Amino acid sequence: MKKAIKMAGATALALAGCGAFAQGAPAAAPAAAPLKATVIHWWTSGGESQAVKQFADAYNKAGGQWVDQAVAGAEQSRATTINRIVGGNAPTAAQFNTSRQFRDFVEQGLLNNVDDVAIAGKWDQVMPASILDAIKINGHFYAAPVDIHMPAWFFYSKAAYKKAGITAEPQTWDEFLAQLAKLKAAGLVPLAFGGQVWQEKITFDAIFAMVGGADLYLKVYRDRDQKAVMSPAFRQVLVDFKKLKAFVDAGSPGRNWNDATAMVVSGKAGVQIMGDWAKGEFSSARQVAGKDFGCFPGFGPKAPYIVAGDAFVFPKTSNAAAIKAQKLLATVVTSPAAQVAFNSRKGAIPIRGDVDESTLDICARQGLAIIRDKSRQLPNSEMLATPDTTGALQDVLTNYWNKNQSADDAQKAFARALKDE
Amino acid sequence: MTAALVKKRQSVSVAAYIALIPMALTVLLAYLGTMLWTARVSVSSSRTFPNSDFVGASQYIRLFNNERWLLSLQNVAVYGLLFIAACLIIGFLLAVFIDQKVMAEGALRTIFLYPYAMSFVATGLIWQWILNPELGIQEVLRKLGFTEAKFDWIVDQDMAIYTIVIATVWQASGLVMALMLSGLRGIDEELWKAARIDGIPRWRVYVSIVLPMLGPSVSTAFVLLFVMVVKVFDSVVAMTQGGPGTASEVPAKFIMDYLFGRANIGLASAASIVLLATVLAIVAPLYYVRTRRADKGI
Repeated sequence: MKKAIKMAGATALALAGCGAFAQGAPAAAPAAAPLKATVIHWWTSGGESQAVKQFADAYNKAGGQWVDQAVAGAEQSRATTINRIVGGNAPTAAQFNTSRQFRDFVEQGLLNNVDDVAIAGKWDQVMPASILDAIKINGHFYAAPVDIHMPAWFFYSKAAYKKAGITAEPQTWDEFLAQLAKLKAAGLVPLAFGGQVWQEKITFDAIFAMVGGADLYLKVYRDRDQKAVMSPAFRQVLVDFKKLKAFVDAGSPGRNWNDATAMVVSGKAGVQIMGDWAKGEFSSARQVAGKDFGCFPGFGPKAPYIVAGDAFVFPKTSNAAAIKAQKLLATVVTSPAAQVAFNSRKGAIPIRGDVDESTLDICARQGLAIIRDKSRQLPNSEMLATPDTTGALQDVLTNYWNKNQSADDAQKAFARALKDE
Repeated sequence: MTAALVKKRQSVSVAAYIALIPMALTVLLAYLGTMLWTARVSVSSSRTFPNSDFVGASQYIRLFNNERWLLSLQNVAVYGLLFIAACLIIGFLLAVFIDQKVMAEGALRTIFLYPYAMSFVATGLIWQWILNPELGIQEVLRKLGFTEAKFDWIVDQDMAIYTIVIATVWQASGLVMALMLSGLRGIDEELWKAARIDGIPRWRVYVSIVLPMLGPSVSTAFVLLFVMVVKVFDSVVAMTQGGPGTASEVPAKFIMDYLFGRANIGLASAASIVLLATVLAIVAPLYYVRTRRADKGI
């Protein structure tokens, strides 16, 4: 099998040459200097590079040598990692989402675990359960989580809300719809929406969690319960999701998420449902959370908090120095100080609750407070389904959103996509 | 004397064959090898990594049950027909236009060929803005006072694929123009004189005499355009990302999505093989006709 993979790797590399993602990663020296760590990641935007620099500094200070290998675009970055692993030139660590994206690697025995670091760092006690579920496979820790992103925040423009005469954040779905109608009446774009499949999916998941509730969400995504998918409650979720269509503008299809955020920043649109990375756009426009824009993670004090994020995985190697580098890296990036330094720039929240939160913005502090309540944590659907299934569900939702398709048909297609795995 | 010549010729051809070995190996390994490897993966259950098991035709069955794949095949057929036809017609007309000894011919040629020199990843973004109903043509017309103006094809399920045709025709017709122009320039001046003496209208000369003589240019242009159709990817990604929904999906994008984003190289390989088979099915008869013609000396 291993030989097959190696051969395949050579071919994959040849293919990659013609592909759009040929990033020409220079070959890493075979661990000449001790504790040199080559790290592949896709944090390339302004705020993100600032954030990852915090990790690099912390790692260098701890006696290592961080070799940065940023690859723009998550898919391209993961493809680079895969090619380098199968090509026999694996990086020390590589970024993945805290999801099932690296499950195949574990099953093929291509990753080192970081059990010692996890036990020494008491990961079991400081990290949220959904994160642990994603990184702990067959009892071993195969990734070091570095941040928690919540993909379903609601960001609204205070100026737009004022113009529409809205004074309070909505406490229920119906209140939210009423506010959208008010924004529309005030001549604004009520919902800043980017019509790309992944954005449609996170918007749907937000509505699903809020309207359908955590139980139904888990029954559908985790248990693949066909009865739950075909239930009237799930049908209602689909109907409610489509109600948003009346509140988006004609230019939304294909729009990038940051262009949608810019509409909220400028006050042209009222509200956007997006992950907390959107805060970077607000801060680069010099807007302050709580003053120029508001944020709420769902409706009411019991709303589920969807947990997603990034993690480093550590490709298999038997080189002692490289293993040492991997362990040091895992220790450094999960340490409280590096966590705060990284996440205050990244816009996410730290993966552990025992940190000094004074440098985080109010949205992040709110998130950190919520995540301490175990009952509100809800895993991101990507933690529960393979990338393939997630893609199939995205196809179903994008068809339903963009076409004149009935909720019943969408429901059937959704059930089929879940069954297909 | 003759023996020496034969010997010399033989040694030359041996040397030539030796020199061709690296090339032949490259073709075998890099082209044929990857094709065979893709065919092998397409009958396995591979996800992120290639697997060596055998699952028969199940990836192909899944593929042809996939609505998105069927739609992408349909789209590429519609796109291909319109794109090739429009490029050939517009390219020919542009070439004829430039051939009228117009002023500033060099500048015009550069302008028409310029789009082809640019990457579509960059220009696609601009096309997306031009066609966006909130920013582009529609908005401009409305601001000019035509408040009912409507041009929102790029966000329309049924029309999105045509916007890709428009933008890529803009890009590629300059190339066709260049090919046709060189063909036109190769036509003997005497022919024009003869036609003028006979009093044949210019357009008639173009249609009945010049166009048939441009055969080689037309077939070169067709082959180049056909290749562009099969691999159409960057323009779709830059302009619509296959949307709205899956309305402007194309096979190359489907394959890339499953190869990388969805970590399913088994299904992606099956799709690649289907695409390859389709191309062969179209090209093989053409090739057959051409070789037969060559044999007959036509």
